[in-house]
Amino acid sequence: MPKPEILDPQGKAVLGALPRLGFSGVTEVRQGKRFELEVAGEVTDEVLAQVREMAETLLSNPVIENYAVRVLDPAEESA
Amino acid sequence: MRVGVVTFPGSLDDADAQRAARIAGHVVVPLWHGEHDLRGVDAVVLPGGFSYGDYLRCGAISRFSPVMTEVVEAAGRGLPVLGICNGFQILCESHLLPGALIRNDHQKFVCRDQRLRIENAATAWTSAYDEGQEVTIVLKNGEGGYVADDETLDRLEGEGRVVARYLDLNPNGSLRDIAGITNERGNVVGLMPHPEHAVEDLTGAGTDGLGFFTSLAGLVSLTAAIS
Repeated sequence: MPKPEILDPQGKAVLGALPRLGFSGVTEVRQGKRFELEVAGEVTDEVLAQVREMAETLLSNPVIENYAVRVLDPAEESA
Repeated sequence: MRVGVVTFPGSLDDADAQRAARIAGHVVVPLWHGEHDLRGVDAVVLPGGFSYGDYLRCGAISRFSPVMTEVVEAAGRGLPVLGICNGFQILCESHLLPGALIRNDHQKFVCRDQRLRIENAATAWTSAYDEGQEVTIVLKNGEGGYVADDETLDRLEGEGRVVARYLDLNPNGSLRDIAGITNERGNVVGLMPHPEHAVEDLTGAGTDGLGFFTSLAGLVSLTAAIS
């Protein structure tokens, strides 16, 4: 996600579009990115540490973006 | 001087950058993103365009291309590197320059003849200008909003590392009207406007951009004078 202090022009544009469609009450929209990574085998701490490194070096730009890593269960996801 | 111009997949302005360097009297050496080789050049230009399709973030994937490993290493040794537009984005993603470039605050692509003030005429790429000189150089970008935290901005200002600032209007929401910055040493410069499109009277708004390329020649005489 763009850091709170970083202007998010895309989020602003979406915020502006909502009332035009009749949706009211939304006061702020921030637009970010979501990456889904599939890994071979178990998601161990070691694997998670590697994913965080990927997030830090390539997937996000820490100058302007925050990131969070979550483990998803494929079974729950497809349900 | 031998000026290398890197071509990435998706570079647009590499040919114009080569032409500008040639008009400024340099020997042009084309460089390829996929090679770990700077071919012994004396300076490198990272041109504008949409390298790697701007996928992920502008410049994010280019940063990890083989040639950039060499550029980062050589820049650390003092090699002059100029990043224009997408090149500026690549320099920020490579951490050769602080901050980042985000989507224009008004969401639209901007293309205009932009007035600028040269704030620092002591870098490898701006010595042909006078400090405070006002120039007109074409600007074209969709993600040209320069951002950094206040501490970084204060440091850039305090150390005179703002190279150029927008005049008349801020075309993309850049903080403190910043159009270009340099590193501590003054050899790496990132610039959002396109000096390579402003080197001939035949096209564009004049030849105000040529100085970015002729500045390198001044660097040679400076080096010669020192040694």
